[in-house]
Amino acid sequence: MTARIGVVTFPGSLDDGDAARAVRIAGAEAVRLWHGDADLHGVDAVVLPGGFSYGDYLRCGAIARFAPVMGTIVTAARGGLPVLGICNGFQILCESHLLPGALTRNEHLHFRNRDQLLRIESAGTAWTNVYQAGQEVLIPVKNGEGRYVADQRTLDELEATGRVVARYVDGNPNGSQRDIAAITNEAGNVVGIMPHPEHAVEALTGPSLDGLGFFTSILKHLAGAPA
Amino acid sequence: MPRVVVDVMLKPEILDPQGQAVANALPRLGVSDVSSVRIGRRVEIEFTGEPDLDRAREIADKLLANPVIEDFTLRVVEMDDTEGARP
Repeated sequence: MTARIGVVTFPGSLDDGDAARAVRIAGAEAVRLWHGDADLHGVDAVVLPGGFSYGDYLRCGAIARFAPVMGTIVTAARGGLPVLGICNGFQILCESHLLPGALTRNEHLHFRNRDQLLRIESAGTAWTNVYQAGQEVLIPVKNGEGRYVADQRTLDELEATGRVVARYVDGNPNGSQRDIAAITNEAGNVVGIMPHPEHAVEALTGPSLDGLGFFTSILKHLAGAPA
Repeated sequence: MPRVVVDVMLKPEILDPQGQAVANALPRLGVSDVSSVRIGRRVEIEFTGEPDLDRAREIADKLLANPVIEDFTLRVVEMDDTEGARP
């Protein structure tokens, strides 16, 4: 049976269409979810897309955390539902306390928009299992508040437990601590990534096809997961 | 009616690029004796009844501030308080 991957649209989401397309290109059914609807409509996994949810007026992701759909997603994620947060989605996952730390203004204050080389550090998550640890991938990054910060103990723990999922290579676009581009929770089902794998799934619109692995990984994960 | 003022500041150990940008611009104004600038956010909350500090603290902790990177303080001020008035 085809996997059903939910893609949430918040007011201000910009990359929900791209995320849904990436899901379809990977071979799954994309199910559009609405921020005001707490029902997940039986999806097997959820993508929180990039953009500026609720305008990011207070603080990136701070208001989205209280959306009805997020109440359900937080509970389901704690129960093992795979969730991928991309850019603003990563910020929402941190504000929801599904992932530790926070994303703050880029160190140099500039919005950064470029093709970025990343090194996949952990292939043990639901969203990265088709990659090899150490593999380098080219994926667009575009953010103004993408600087990952956490206290030293949290950073040390993320490193020690293999929860740094990807790191910036060839230059850190935002001043993220320890070049962190993506992290996961303890169980490995929740991943937050600042660059945009959904923008690297087609030759026409992306610099590579390297991002597709995130979406094929979840299919492999779901196929292997007990029903 | 009194209101609750919540001051939200980035924690001291968190880089404040906005404050740093201002600090770096000060020499252009001829100011050379400022060593650090940090910028925060002030939020004023008015309750329909008496101000409830406990509720305000909860609002600040859950929504106004991100305790991972920010500290906040609370205080009650009178509406006719002149602290916010223009000189």
